[in-house]
Amino acid sequence: MTTPTQTTSAACETCPVHNAAALKKLGVDMTDFDFVVALAGNPNTGKSTVFNALTGLRQHVGNWPGKTVTRAEGGFSYGDNKYKLVDLPGTYSLLATSLDEEVARDFILFGQPDVTIVVADATRLERNLNLVLQVSEITNRVVVALNLMDEARRHGLQIDERRLARDLGIPVVPMSARQGEGIPELLQAVSEVAKGEAVGKPYRVKYVSPELKKAVEQLTAQIESAFPDLPNARWVALRLLDGDERIAEAMRKGELGDLTHGSIEARAAQLQVIGNQ
Amino acid sequence: MTTYPLNNHEDILNNAQSLRWEIGADFHEKLMESIYTDASQIADRAVTRPDKKPRFDLDRTIDKLVTSRVWGFPLMLILLTIVFWLTIAGANVPSGMLATLLLDTVHPFLKGVSASIGVPWWIDGLLLDGMYLATAWVISVMLPPMAIFFPLFTLLEDFGYLPRVAFNLDNMFRKAGAHGKQSLSMTMGFGCNAAGVVATRIIDSPRERLIAILTNNFALCNGRWPTQILIASLFVGALVPAHLGGLVSALAVVGIAVLGVMLTFVSSWALSRTVLKGEVSTFSLELPPYRPPRIWQTIYTSVIDRTLIVLWRAVTFALPAGAVIWLASNIVIGGNSIAGHLINFMNPFGLILGLNGVILLAYIVAIPANEIVIPTILMLTVLVTGATGVGSGAGVMFELDSDAQTLSLLQTGGWTLLTAVNLMLFSLIHNPCSTTIYTIYKETGSKKWTTIAAVSPVILGFIVTFVVAQVWRFVESLL
Repeated sequence: MTTPTQTTSAACETCPVHNAAALKKLGVDMTDFDFVVALAGNPNTGKSTVFNALTGLRQHVGNWPGKTVTRAEGGFSYGDNKYKLVDLPGTYSLLATSLDEEVARDFILFGQPDVTIVVADATRLERNLNLVLQVSEITNRVVVALNLMDEARRHGLQIDERRLARDLGIPVVPMSARQGEGIPELLQAVSEVAKGEAVGKPYRVKYVSPELKKAVEQLTAQIESAFPDLPNARWVALRLLDGDERIAEAMRKGELGDLTHGSIEARAAQLQVIGNQ
Repeated sequence: MTTYPLNNHEDILNNAQSLRWEIGADFHEKLMESIYTDASQIADRAVTRPDKKPRFDLDRTIDKLVTSRVWGFPLMLILLTIVFWLTIAGANVPSGMLATLLLDTVHPFLKGVSASIGVPWWIDGLLLDGMYLATAWVISVMLPPMAIFFPLFTLLEDFGYLPRVAFNLDNMFRKAGAHGKQSLSMTMGFGCNAAGVVATRIIDSPRERLIAILTNNFALCNGRWPTQILIASLFVGALVPAHLGGLVSALAVVGIAVLGVMLTFVSSWALSRTVLKGEVSTFSLELPPYRPPRIWQTIYTSVIDRTLIVLWRAVTFALPAGAVIWLASNIVIGGNSIAGHLINFMNPFGLILGLNGVILLAYIVAIPANEIVIPTILMLTVLVTGATGVGSGAGVMFELDSDAQTLSLLQTGGWTLLTAVNLMLFSLIHNPCSTTIYTIYKETGSKKWTTIAAVSPVILGFIVTFVVAQVWRFVESLL
């Protein structure tokens, strides 16, 4: 089979429109994947629509918050790589007060996805950014899918997505998943982050009061020296200061240590553990 | 893998503990505040809002209407009635056509083939009169209403109406001592109770979640809508002139659905006052924007995903059930078949409840799937009444082309309007199907709560039908 890649210039290869043809929806086939991608986001922002567009599955999409309470998984391949996509329940935060929030939080933290897509509602950007900021505390492998751009336009909102990407320090892809707009660009951004070609330097929330800042810095330093490879020491520190029992327990059991050595096998075992909970 | 000395962890945790004392109790609020502040700054820089608000905001105008104190509930009932009326009026003709095809044409043809190749009578009976007919009957009764009802319901859901229903009901749930989000899991239960039970995961507090799980049964599910629709059109719709029949039947079904919602409130209230006492949590419910439904896609997915999946489930249960019914009707012990013995045994109890032995036996057969209640009842009624002209032997699903024939058969079986009403009530209240019971066990992890969820609705069903039957008969004796 001849693909256009062989005859086009190098510039074409980074062009998302060209690469859209490289998407293969694999449905429930998730064998031998190279990367795990998590789909997070506030409720009712179109996560399931993005999930369906990428995997070709037909997860029922409902126009109401709280429709997805469990994880749905599917596969797709893009370029030379196979991806496993995990649709997480919608949450406003990762502070885990209910079961569905915990499913999302645990997966981003312990499942160690290679990329986390945060689907954000462009018409309610401010509130959606709360979650984006929390996710990018945990991992710098984040892509924001700025969804529902069609509705934002309908409401007369103009969004400077490049400004947003610069401020957040991570890729931002404007899209209207219902219309299939922006899917090629999203795939391109996800593959760049997955392969480490684009390394985000996420914005860190500034903690206003000085005592707070001091406490966070002190604990972060201590955690960093105990777990030199942990990518999110500051976030762990924040959770411990907030009295998060689940994180304290993970530390006691040494689960945090495992995370830093995320081979595919160890990761699979972690997934198993979370699945059984 | 590198392992870290454990005391390291304890050091960190101890340090975290002492730091927590220093920074004070409002850390969580400060944390949230910082995130909110930064999020708002970043958003402000990226978003340019229109200079002036548009004078007319369609979303808010619709919201004001559908969630208004005065119009919210009437509009809800009107929409539901329209959906059922379209379902009832639209399903009649295709149901009849399917019945003619599967029961009048294909069945005799298969019988002819099996006779010509000399299949033994009992294999022929078990396969064609038992399993095939049960399945064909399920398909012709269920497929048309589902193929109309699901797309309509999904269109409402796609449009964004369901959260408004939840919004309207939220206040009542809180008054009942339950979580407002229960309105969402209940709405989900209107599709499938097992799905509704899983949907209760959105409720944070275990107490309120348990209330939502235990009462989800009162949301009429897929498997029970066809029963309600059929019985309502046969008995209730027949009370009025033909041109009003569809509307009146639709109203009867809406009445049962609303009764289910009220039972949900009452039982939630009772639970939260007795065994599941506690504070009501607050939450904020987000009303999503109205979105123009994508009509063709919705019809496609709701027919393929929902209708066919539910139908497939019904068929997989109808096949063995058909075999069981045929066997029970054809294995004779002491001059009567097994089914006959069971029906005679349960009949006195059934009659006290305004039902009969056939209905009770049908509900036992249908524990795995409510979908097969009606076919089972019809099959067993033929057996008991020995109705001629419709069946061709014991335990044989018969060929009924029209509602009129079904009605006359049931009347031969001693059915009255009371039987129909009580069947509708019992179908609403009785135990959840085995899939839902299993889901409740998985979600609660408790045998005790699972047992309560399974047994208490049956008892309530008996009580309600008993009371209705007594009052009904008393009033009748006065007339």
